[in-house]
Amino acid sequence: MIPELGLYAIILATILSGLAGLLPLLGWRWQYANLMGTAKPLTLVTTGFIGLAFMLLVYAFVVDDFSLAYVVIQSTTTLPVYYKVSAVWGGHEGSMVLWVLMLSGWGAAVALASRSLPQDLVSVVLAVINLVLFGFMLFILLTSNPFERVLPNIPMDGQDLNPLLQDIGLILHPPLLYMGYVGFAVAFAFAVAALITGQFDSAWARWARPWTDIAWVFLTLGIALGSWWAYYELGWGGWWFWDPVENASLMPWLVGTALMHSLAVTEKRSGFKVWTVLLAIFAFAYSLLGTFLVRSGVLTSVHAFANDPDRGMFILGLLTITVAGSLLLFALRANRFKESISFNLLSRESFLLINNVLLVVSAFIILALTLMPLVWDAMGGGSISIGAPFFNMMINPIALLLVFAVGVGQLLRWKQHKQDGFGRWLLVMLVASVVLGWGWAWWMGDALSIWLVVSAVSIVWVLLSTGREIHHRIAGKANKWQVLRRQQPSWYGMMCGHLGVIMVVLGAAFVTHFEEKIDVRLVDGDRIEFAGYDLHYKGIKHVEGPNWVSDTGVFDVYRGGELVTTLYPEKRFYTVARQMMTEAGIDDRLYRDLYVSLGEQLDSGAWTARIQVKPYVRFLWLGALVMSLGGVLAVLDRRYRRQA
Amino acid sequence: MKKVWLLLPFTFVFALIVVFFFALRDETDSSILESALLNQPLPERPLKLLDGDEMINLAEVAQDGPFLLNIWGTWCPACRTEHPVLNELAAQGIRIVGVNYKDEPLAAKKWLIELHNPYFLNVEDPIGNYGLDLGVYGAPETYFIDGQGIIRHRVVGEVTRTMWREELQSIWESL
Repeated sequence: MIPELGLYAIILATILSGLAGLLPLLGWRWQYANLMGTAKPLTLVTTGFIGLAFMLLVYAFVVDDFSLAYVVIQSTTTLPVYYKVSAVWGGHEGSMVLWVLMLSGWGAAVALASRSLPQDLVSVVLAVINLVLFGFMLFILLTSNPFERVLPNIPMDGQDLNPLLQDIGLILHPPLLYMGYVGFAVAFAFAVAALITGQFDSAWARWARPWTDIAWVFLTLGIALGSWWAYYELGWGGWWFWDPVENASLMPWLVGTALMHSLAVTEKRSGFKVWTVLLAIFAFAYSLLGTFLVRSGVLTSVHAFANDPDRGMFILGLLTITVAGSLLLFALRANRFKESISFNLLSRESFLLINNVLLVVSAFIILALTLMPLVWDAMGGGSISIGAPFFNMMINPIALLLVFAVGVGQLLRWKQHKQDGFGRWLLVMLVASVVLGWGWAWWMGDALSIWLVVSAVSIVWVLLSTGREIHHRIAGKANKWQVLRRQQPSWYGMMCGHLGVIMVVLGAAFVTHFEEKIDVRLVDGDRIEFAGYDLHYKGIKHVEGPNWVSDTGVFDVYRGGELVTTLYPEKRFYTVARQMMTEAGIDDRLYRDLYVSLGEQLDSGAWTARIQVKPYVRFLWLGALVMSLGGVLAVLDRRYRRQA
Repeated sequence: MKKVWLLLPFTFVFALIVVFFFALRDETDSSILESALLNQPLPERPLKLLDGDEMINLAEVAQDGPFLLNIWGTWCPACRTEHPVLNELAAQGIRIVGVNYKDEPLAAKKWLIELHNPYFLNVEDPIGNYGLDLGVYGAPETYFIDGQGIIRHRVVGEVTRTMWREELQSIWESL
């Protein structure tokens, strides 16, 4: 009975979202205020019904309702209850329900927080969000009903959640990622609304900006969490694989980053309008593309999800209507926007333009490389795969260029940067960062690797530039702390965001360059000396969890004769799902990780293991955290609060 | 002039969608996917024999002539359906090497005793590392390896008698 209620809720929400997409648009067309006024209540009610459906699905998992096909596939009685809840979005059907819940949630947030916006704009924005929602509701109803029953023979038990997903990282990773993906729908809706109504000024940008920032923060956290999870859970010690699924999340992130920056120009200088609208459409288009690539099975990937071409076709249809439709609208309407901006080569605008071009180009390169196997195959060239080295070769130079541009861009003023001796200062800064960066690389032990040196130089470059920017703000002021306190949160946001970027660069460069690993064969009592550590292997103990059994290795780690820590890498066998999982044993420090993963047991009773030392790997994720903090600070800026 | 420029993004996305459309349509009617390693040598990785402690490199097996490399596991229902076909092929004198994929050795040995062993050699891939090297989508999969250790063909999913008769036998004979 309860699952049927869930299905009814989904059907009702589908109808309501369709109405919420249609009525306000008609109201706007006829300029009939009452009809436009339906947008907010309809959005809220739709969200309520989707929320109800989601709760009922969670309930079905918690009470082990194995009459539902989806619960059978995703869960089992012995699964701990928190994993039962997260199993809701562990598979296709449930993750789509989460997707629409978040989309409608964003819609509801816009409806509630938009009192100061003109009614016609809000109505059209909500209508666009609801139209997208309607498409995905139909998708769920027609191809992915999570409440489908297996009657009359109800299984006694389920098949268990994929063990890879039984982890705290994976409880949070999809919701964060989806919040980001779906959040760009708001920017998209604002852009489409601007195209429809022709209202497009700096006030528009001021409304759209915080929404974009929040979505971007979620996406940043989601990607970082995914990378961290892959690092400790897949047992390879890698943190980025250029896997299609990862690329699917990185591409909207890059375009979203570009969008955040170009919105700044649109708000402050009312320039880049056409470009901003295009980016807003593309950021969401990339998010939809991500959903499509992951869900359709067009591309095969290391952690591929269940493939279903019919679902793929449906999402492709949605993608066509949403993206091609809005781009057609763009082609017809965008020439109405008046660009009234002029700026000097040495100005914040021109560097934001450089930022945008580099980010968008890298997103397109990643898209091209990700899709290359597909296109190649379609042309009859057979299957190929493009490996990480090629991605790195294409993307790393752009990333480093971008970092250098950050160092200049964050110092510049709008329109025209007038400052005596600025050129001379840049030259001094360049020399200083080359000397310091090179020295640093030399001190770390390798002054000849071009990537390491350039990365180190770029980091010092941005640090010097940040120092100068702060100095510039407080120089000659009597009360320096007060001056710093009075700075806008958005200024701190910018600083934080850029510091986060160089932390990621530092982590990536150092871990790539200085990581060390060995594969060893172990019998009880073995001692391994590696990278300054002394590991004592004390044997394997047997551990039993709720739905798994594990062989846990015990390693005492010594350094200079002193016990530093004890690591417990595991080889887990999930008894219901019948899958082996590797749980790495990690000693994590700010400046390096010691990473031990068990391989396999040989018949003699010996085990193989891989031991790795990863310097500064934490900076990758800390950097992402700092970046997100920057995004949060930017949203807290006073001018948004005044408006809201 | 300006209007033409504005149509560019639309054209670009539309072209992409057309590519996706055809890629998806092809996906629906093909169970035979070409491996990324097609016409490439087998990936090198020492693998432990299912019975015994020795490590072998599969590329060396090819020195004695072509063979089929079959990815299987006791957890995989399709492997069970495929198993009798493999038994028949082995009876015809075709060399089949098994990769026991993400499985427990004990269960695998029991399975081979109960269902007959068509493999002249079996190696363990307990966590799927070798599967990752090969680009395995799932079990079962079958690779056709020639006398030089080069992958010449790949079947994703189970090999059936019809498939063997109509297509695969000629490929095997051409190795």
